Amino acid sequence: MTFHHDATRVPSRRRALQMAGVAALAAVLAPRLSRATEAQVADEMKALFGGKTMGEGKIKLDLPEIAENGLVVPINIDVESPMSETDFVRSVHVFADGNPLPQVVTYHFTPESGKASASTRMRLAQTQNVIAVAEMSSGALYSAKAQVKVTIGGCGG
Amino acid sequence: MISRRDFLAAGTALASLLAAGGAGFAQAVDTGKLTEAELLRFGTPGTFTILHLTDIHAQLMPLYFREPSVNLGVGAARGLPPHLTDGAFLDYFKLRPGTRDAYAMTAQDFTALARAYGRMGGADRMARLVKAIRAERGADKVLVLDGGDGLQGSWSALQTKGEDMVKVFSALGLDAMVGHWEFTYGADRMMALKETAPFAFLAQNVRSIEWQEPVFDAARMFEKGGARVAVIGQAFPRTPISNPRWMIPDWEFGIREEDMQKQVDAARADGADAVVVLSHNGFDVDRKMASRVSGIDVILTGHTHDAMPAVVEVGKTLLVATGSHGKFISRLDLDAKDGKVTGYRFQLIPVFSDAITPDPEMEKLVAQVRAPYAAALAREVGRTDSLLYRRGNFNGTFDDMICDALLKERDAEIALSPGFRWGGTLLPGDPITFEAIANATAITYPACYRNTMTGRQLKDVLEDVADNIFHPDPYFQGGGDMVRVGGVGYAIDVSKGVGQRISGLTFLKTGKPVEADKSYTVAGWASVAQNVEGPPIWDVVERYVADTRTVTVTPNSAVKVTGA
Repeated sequence: MTFHHDATRVPSRRRALQMAGVAALAAVLAPRLSRATEAQVADEMKALFGGKTMGEGKIKLDLPEIAENGLVVPINIDVESPMSETDFVRSVHVFADGNPLPQVVTYHFTPESGKASASTRMRLAQTQNVIAVAEMSSGALYSAKAQVKVTIGGCGG
Repeated sequence: MISRRDFLAAGTALASLLAAGGAGFAQAVDTGKLTEAELLRFGTPGTFTILHLTDIHAQLMPLYFREPSVNLGVGAARGLPPHLTDGAFLDYFKLRPGTRDAYAMTAQDFTALARAYGRMGGADRMARLVKAIRAERGADKVLVLDGGDGLQGSWSALQTKGEDMVKVFSALGLDAMVGHWEFTYGADRMMALKETAPFAFLAQNVRSIEWQEPVFDAARMFEKGGARVAVIGQAFPRTPISNPRWMIPDWEFGIREEDMQKQVDAARADGADAVVVLSHNGFDVDRKMASRVSGIDVILTGHTHDAMPAVVEVGKTLLVATGSHGKFISRLDLDAKDGKVTGYRFQLIPVFSDAITPDPEMEKLVAQVRAPYAAALAREVGRTDSLLYRRGNFNGTFDDMICDALLKERDAEIALSPGFRWGGTLLPGDPITFEAIANATAITYPACYRNTMTGRQLKDVLEDVADNIFHPDPYFQGGGDMVRVGGVGYAIDVSKGVGQRISGLTFLKTGKPVEADKSYTVAGWASVAQNVEGPPIWDVVERYVADTRTVTVTPNSAVKVTGA
């Protein structure tokens, strides 16, 4: 009888989940990563934006509801703006409130950028909120938030 | 050769059950009407006719398939079809207990009704119905569409990597299909099958990871009855999560709602009179999608195996649910003209194998594709004293048998078995053939692992799978049922949030709580990890059944459900 090649050690949570006949995503690792708390993320954002109120709208945040691979979760951000000399998006910051280091990326734009649009892939350690904050040339701030589930699937149908 | 059953005799059987004090059969006298002509009876034909089959899981022969008696809806879907079972289902759709529809669509009085009404499905019976409707309407007015999970689920499909089913679907005159389990033959095999098939394989929501290029054609325009009918494919969006991602490493899925809207708009711009989505999203996901994507006339739903005798309307979109395993064919006639659908008639046609004459050509083809495996399929391994079925959110007796096999044959304390919704039902007294075992286990990643897991890890597994089924937002659900457990019991509150649903995990052998930090020996199968080692599940189950000879499954009371 052949045993699983990992039979001699206590499996990681990831291994355990995969073994269950269901999927597990790579980022679900044991020992558990320390995660930022929501309060830490709030503090970090306060340090950056000085507690200024943030408007809603303007940002279109494309993220999968459920990540297919937590190591490389696609994100696409589009901010509505004329991108003129007097009215443009200065920067977009992305935070992931369940990662050990919640600040994922910051994009800087100029009117020459033409449009405020960016795509990348990021690692997400677990199910969490991804928050994008856009800083406009006027100083106004906008934010958008989406939850991404980083977990196992059902034993699909 | 199966002879046609005399349904008056069936009526008599029910009458005698009633006389013997059996409940619920008072209305069963109408079984005398069960003829092919009656099954094919339809109202006014439309501009064109859609015939929909889905989730037949490569079942070529008629079989028993018991619908679930537990199928809970959460969030907005709570208490709505398809999350109604037994009496509630019958009440909602105004059906009577003991009737052919009650037998076909619910679990109520299943064993008695199965003995009266017989097996359902069979490719030769489906072919007979399809041909009859084509003859009635004219081939230029009929569109035959399969909603996926058609090429997987039987021994011959597994051995031929889907080829037997491509032959059958070709002979059936299929126009297009979508996919889910098809992808578990691997990306290369999937593309090879697609290249050889005379029908279209459509999926708007599959992209190459690197370049985000479409892997399949998103849609195809058909001319039927003078109308332009756009069919857009939607593959199972969670395939790389629910099934091994390593088998399709370069493909990315997802619901891709905005891309769906673009496809609908493109179809309209191309002059479509009707826009049909051939979907493997699952019913609740389709219901949500219908409320958010505009301009879809029809969604032919799949994946969640729901059978409903009426269309569900969401705004202007019609949702059709055709069940599974070849038990049904849906007929939907649309009146379509000048870019608009102005009317429809719908019939969920139950495929009663004893009432329908097999189509001789399909019968021959089925015998031919099964011939190389005939001896293996017919091998009687043991018998069952109990009704063995799969469906139900938390357990099924067939799965209980699989868990018992895992515990015993792999000498484990705890067994885990995936909550697949496919696999036939066996009646008390039936033989357990190798075919019946394969019908519930024939997958491309069948290895039975044996490992250790702590109590905490076990709880994590249950919580994560539970969230996949009971997340209130259908876009966060993945389909399938709860992972089946052997050796442990638990309580679940389906109304709670992620990580909060499972409590009272109990190790059944001792009656003591499962300890978070203690390690337990766990056996299971269908791991989505790569390079898993262990014997294939069908060998493990066969050994267990052969040793046991007559299988008896006691009702499972190890899972306590609240919050429904």
